[in-house]
Amino acid sequence: MSRSSVAGMIELEGLTKRYGEKVAVNNLSFTVRPGIVTGFLGPNGAGKSTTMRMILGLDHPTAGDVRIDGKHYHQLKDPLTYIGALLEAKAWHGGRSAYNHLLCLAQSNGIPRRRVGEVLETVGLTAVAKKKTKGFSMGMGQRLGIAAALLGDPRILMFDEPVNGLDPEGIHWIRTLMKSLAAQGRTVFVSSHLMSEMALTAEHLVVIGQGRLLADTSMADFIARNSRSYVRVRSPHRERLLDVLHQAGVVAVESGEGVLEVDGGKAEHVGELAAQHGLTLHELSPQQASLEEAFMRLTAESVEYHAHSGTSAAPPPPQQQQWGDGWKRG
Amino acid sequence: MSSPQSQMPQAAPTWQAAPGTSFPSGYTSPIPVVRTHLGNAIASEWTKIKSVRSTMWTLGVFVLLVIGIGTLTGVVVAESDPALDGESPLGLGFFGLLLGSMCIITLGVLTTASEYGTGMIRTTMVACPSRGRVLAAKGVVFFLVAFVVTLVSACLVAFLHVAMLEGDGAKSPTGGEWLKGTVGIAAYVALLGLLSLAVGSIIRHSAGAITIMIGAVLAPLVIALFMFSESLQGVRDALFEYSIPNQLSVFYSNSLSQSGPSGWDPLWIMLGATAVAFAAAFALLEKRDV
Repeated sequence: MSRSSVAGMIELEGLTKRYGEKVAVNNLSFTVRPGIVTGFLGPNGAGKSTTMRMILGLDHPTAGDVRIDGKHYHQLKDPLTYIGALLEAKAWHGGRSAYNHLLCLAQSNGIPRRRVGEVLETVGLTAVAKKKTKGFSMGMGQRLGIAAALLGDPRILMFDEPVNGLDPEGIHWIRTLMKSLAAQGRTVFVSSHLMSEMALTAEHLVVIGQGRLLADTSMADFIARNSRSYVRVRSPHRERLLDVLHQAGVVAVESGEGVLEVDGGKAEHVGELAAQHGLTLHELSPQQASLEEAFMRLTAESVEYHAHSGTSAAPPPPQQQQWGDGWKRG
Repeated sequence: MSSPQSQMPQAAPTWQAAPGTSFPSGYTSPIPVVRTHLGNAIASEWTKIKSVRSTMWTLGVFVLLVIGIGTLTGVVVAESDPALDGESPLGLGFFGLLLGSMCIITLGVLTTASEYGTGMIRTTMVACPSRGRVLAAKGVVFFLVAFVVTLVSACLVAFLHVAMLEGDGAKSPTGGEWLKGTVGIAAYVALLGLLSLAVGSIIRHSAGAITIMIGAVLAPLVIALFMFSESLQGVRDALFEYSIPNQLSVFYSNSLSQSGPSGWDPLWIMLGATAVAFAAAFALLEKRDV
């Protein structure tokens, strides 16, 4: 089977969205492939939700193109069997029961009625199927949203910030679900503003900042390239240790307070060298810069709302984005 | 940006075992592929409209107003001495239907605008990307519901009035009067609701659209009341004659004036207005982001 005939591709080409002066999404091109979880990462306001809305045909792109299996979204006759999406939390009428909410979606796509019961079972909402969704907790709401996404048993699943506001058990459930969906050969495209969350689920990474593509890489590559590993050494014989390391061809740098950082070195090697020369060590610890830091470095210039640490600058307006705000443009 | 203490990569070994370069052939669903059509959207909208309480409330109050006010008017007229001086008793249904039309307006607006308030509209449009189809399905389902409920209520009240006032000097209505007082008025009120549905889709805000529609019903009469000046006589008469309450009364042949719309004219006027509103709603729906 050739690559082009593989079902479940989302292809973006020069996708751009402008709201007046402001460019929300800027010339975005990448492809989301089946069989893996693709993380869509970016700080708040980076344009993740806008991009997802354009994929789903809700927003018209100012320029560029996005296709699902080679088709525009509006060309899909029964879209729920192609692509299931979890949009904002609780995007439904609170007075309607979970069952009826899913039923009206199933009917619009000619999906058999029995699927409603099946997906309710899958997400564990069978017991409250006839209850009004108004009383649902955040976690139950997310589960209902995921039930709607799974309704058509689609090849592509798209989740916008699925773990926001969930308890640890709910987060674990969603992670496991996403991985198992990808393992079945489906395309899973999930957005997040947390690198740590992506590191646990995503195999491929698309990073955007201020609407621009910053990285489109495998997670393994991203980690290899961005997480610097080093050995942290503290010793009362700092100068002598530096000499010893230098002679052995190991590069070490001082980082203040008597601490040495040995880039790319092995702790065992440093320890053995010190022992051979009878040098006391107070600390010898392998370190790895967090992915979160790598992500922050990558997106530093493109973060829209910085929290200033200095006292000189006035605090920025409280632009903290709530879950789903991106979807609820007035 | 603190010290590098969160050792993230240690916790991420599981996915590295997955194939990185060769992609599986994708997932194939056992669910049959269907070419959906307007019927699917209508079934969906039917489920929606009957599964929320606001539908039951607005229609319940509507029936209550039409039957309740109709019965009261019937009793009052039957008690008064020269009851109906050779008039058709059907005209007494006017008051209940005028007030009841507010409920139909509300339900019409809610059918479209409430989805914008809850965010449901995005779920709806993702499920059915053909936006015109969604609006058409909403229109069909709402119109049928509104027409049937209005027709049944109007018939009940008509029979009631005829029975109450039969021996009271009222003339017995002709076939044409029956048709206008039941089917005609039901079609007119349902169309008024359909106009509200289109306005709801244009305004995308329930309270705003309801206010506009109630204003459209009441404003011409109120404005006309304040046009004392002789030079404005023409405008005042037109506002009176083409106001929605007066158009309603035309179906009972008891219009407030002698000129202006007559016969089935109000129905064609409302049909035209609704068509224009729908054209605008369709165009805006296609153009705007959801």
